[in-house]
Amino acid sequence: MAKAGLDGHDRGVKVVARALRDAGMEVIYTGVHQTPEQVVETALQEDADAIGVSLLSGAHNYIFPRIAELMKEKGMDDVLLFGGGIIPEADVAGLAKVGVERVFQPGASLEEITTYVKEAVPRRRGVPS
Amino acid sequence: MTIQKTKTAKQRWLDEVYGPAVKRRPERKSRFSTLSDDPVDPLYTADDLEGFDPDRDLGFPGEFPYTRGVQPSMHRGRLWTMRQFAGFGSAEDSNERFHYLMTQGVTGLSVAFDMPTLMGRDSDDPLSRGEVGREGVAVDSLRDMEILFDRIPLDQVTTSMTINGPASIVWAMYLANAEKRGIPLDRLGGTIQNDCLKEYIAQREWIVPVKPAMAVVVDTFRYGSREVPRWNTISISGYHIREAGATALQELAFTLIDGLEYVKWGVEAGLDVDDFVPHLSFFFDVHSDFFEEIAKFRAARRIWAREIERRYHPRNERTLLLRTHAQTAGVSLTAQQPYNNVVRVTLQALAAVLGGTQSLHTNSLDETYALPTKEAVTLALRTQQVIAHESGVADTIDPLAGSYYLEHLTQRMEEGFARYLAEIEKFGGMVEAVERGYPQREIIESAFHFQQQVDEGEKVIVGINKYATEREPPIPTLAIDPEVERKQVERLAETRRTRDKARWKRALDELREAAKTGDELMPRFLECARAYASVGEQVAVLKDVYGVYHDPGYF
Repeated sequence: MAKAGLDGHDRGVKVVARALRDAGMEVIYTGVHQTPEQVVETALQEDADAIGVSLLSGAHNYIFPRIAELMKEKGMDDVLLFGGGIIPEADVAGLAKVGVERVFQPGASLEEITTYVKEAVPRRRGVPS
Repeated sequence: MTIQKTKTAKQRWLDEVYGPAVKRRPERKSRFSTLSDDPVDPLYTADDLEGFDPDRDLGFPGEFPYTRGVQPSMHRGRLWTMRQFAGFGSAEDSNERFHYLMTQGVTGLSVAFDMPTLMGRDSDDPLSRGEVGREGVAVDSLRDMEILFDRIPLDQVTTSMTINGPASIVWAMYLANAEKRGIPLDRLGGTIQNDCLKEYIAQREWIVPVKPAMAVVVDTFRYGSREVPRWNTISISGYHIREAGATALQELAFTLIDGLEYVKWGVEAGLDVDDFVPHLSFFFDVHSDFFEEIAKFRAARRIWAREIERRYHPRNERTLLLRTHAQTAGVSLTAQQPYNNVVRVTLQALAAVLGGTQSLHTNSLDETYALPTKEAVTLALRTQQVIAHESGVADTIDPLAGSYYLEHLTQRMEEGFARYLAEIEKFGGMVEAVERGYPQREIIESAFHFQQQVDEGEKVIVGINKYATEREPPIPTLAIDPEVERKQVERLAETRRTRDKARWKRALDELREAAKTGDELMPRFLECARAYASVGEQVAVLKDVYGVYHDPGYF
């Protein structure tokens, strides 16, 4: 789980990180103020199955594509990229195009998110869940 | 009736009337609790106020312990300041919004800076990419400050600036701008947020480690009380603590304990409490649980007055006053059914007024999507004006005093504060508790607990986990012109090209020297501002000398 850019709103990302951990997953949280490079580097080092990025600053149209681009460069095709935060509906389709599989908007429940990650990670890896 | 008599009478009612009724027809829930999940009883009576002494615990408005308000006539004398937080895009855009708000009856300005500025980074910093002008206005140098306050009478408005890590630097730019326009500093009024502790606790806009950050804050206390006496040099903020997920009690306790820590540091730096403490102001969130919020404001005033009196015995009565700004709870707004937000904001604003706030910002209905449109901001302001002029609640002072429930909640806040104070004193004070992550962890626990309650339907959010509807038609939202970033980067490059290089270099060198030797910083920031040094350049000096803070990433 990551916070990228200068955005410090980390209530959501921490609650989600906690819920994923409670659902039995191993969760690494990067802390706030990470560059896209740092996020991808951490995911590589930790051999992560998924990268979840929280963005509430309005910088999503720059940060998500940059992370997706770096993931491609590093050959991380089987790693899931998803996100959440204040991301207008109008931007969601564009983000999907660059590889952000799912965007959770305000009001999403923890169960929706954990269920999604449990289903999407093995699917991404080509493993039957 | 004595308390014992009330107790017996209440027990009789519980056993003979209430109990059987509930048995016949169960209540809506098996357990009632406040938004902060404190249990709520079916009925409050005099026996819930054990030890309560109205003379001692309430007093009168404008008198110790200020439970009923800090001014003798409260909102009858002067309404609270209607201060709408604004700033977006370029300095020109924000300047235009300020002028608009002033024509609509806003009585104080409040500047929202963009993320790069808040984090002390220039608009051309690689980390600023995509964030320039997005969440507020970009200010890189005095040049932007000149544009931002163009044609605004700085000696007639008060200006609040929500900025923390680089607060001194940006404040110095405001002062330098006034100086250039020939306005004496002692005629300027306003507030800088400048509350570094809550950055580590909740908001995460830190720059340097905790202890040097405290020293930079104390430096503004010294300069402000000497040179800019109408300025509040800090706004000790519970808002961000609450928004990060704290309960009402945690917000109250951590904020007041932060305040006590600032006072302690000021005193240890040789300042006189009666000189600087009257310039400390507060900023609380006002959330949706109506009575809990009103109690929080009342308790805050009483606790602050009692703690300052107990510790310092000030001679100046103003030293005891907790003056506060309030803002409705951003976190309570929903993207779904966004018009419901108007109702939430109204109730929250009403609680802030009944809680006796000195100033208020009401959120706009569209803020889960973006910064607010002009129309949405206007409606938010009108909400305050309707409360002020039509509801009658501002016409008498502290009208809910004496309510068994409210006084009980107020007392309970004070008791809860004492427990947190004891806990934090075990660490040696707030600075140490923050370094060890104590308040941070307490807040995460509460945030997670609340989300679980929402997911389980124990806490209802209308339009989210109850009365949800299919997608509604979109509401209009404010878009930020992507050109803003490019233009801002250009302006900064031009400032760098055209400024007096020798003066600029000397100013930064002197800042570095003062930071190293522990000499006064504010005069150096002021000279840096005059020399058009950028925010990022000055912050780089501070980071060089003091080091940087890294997020421990507790969750």
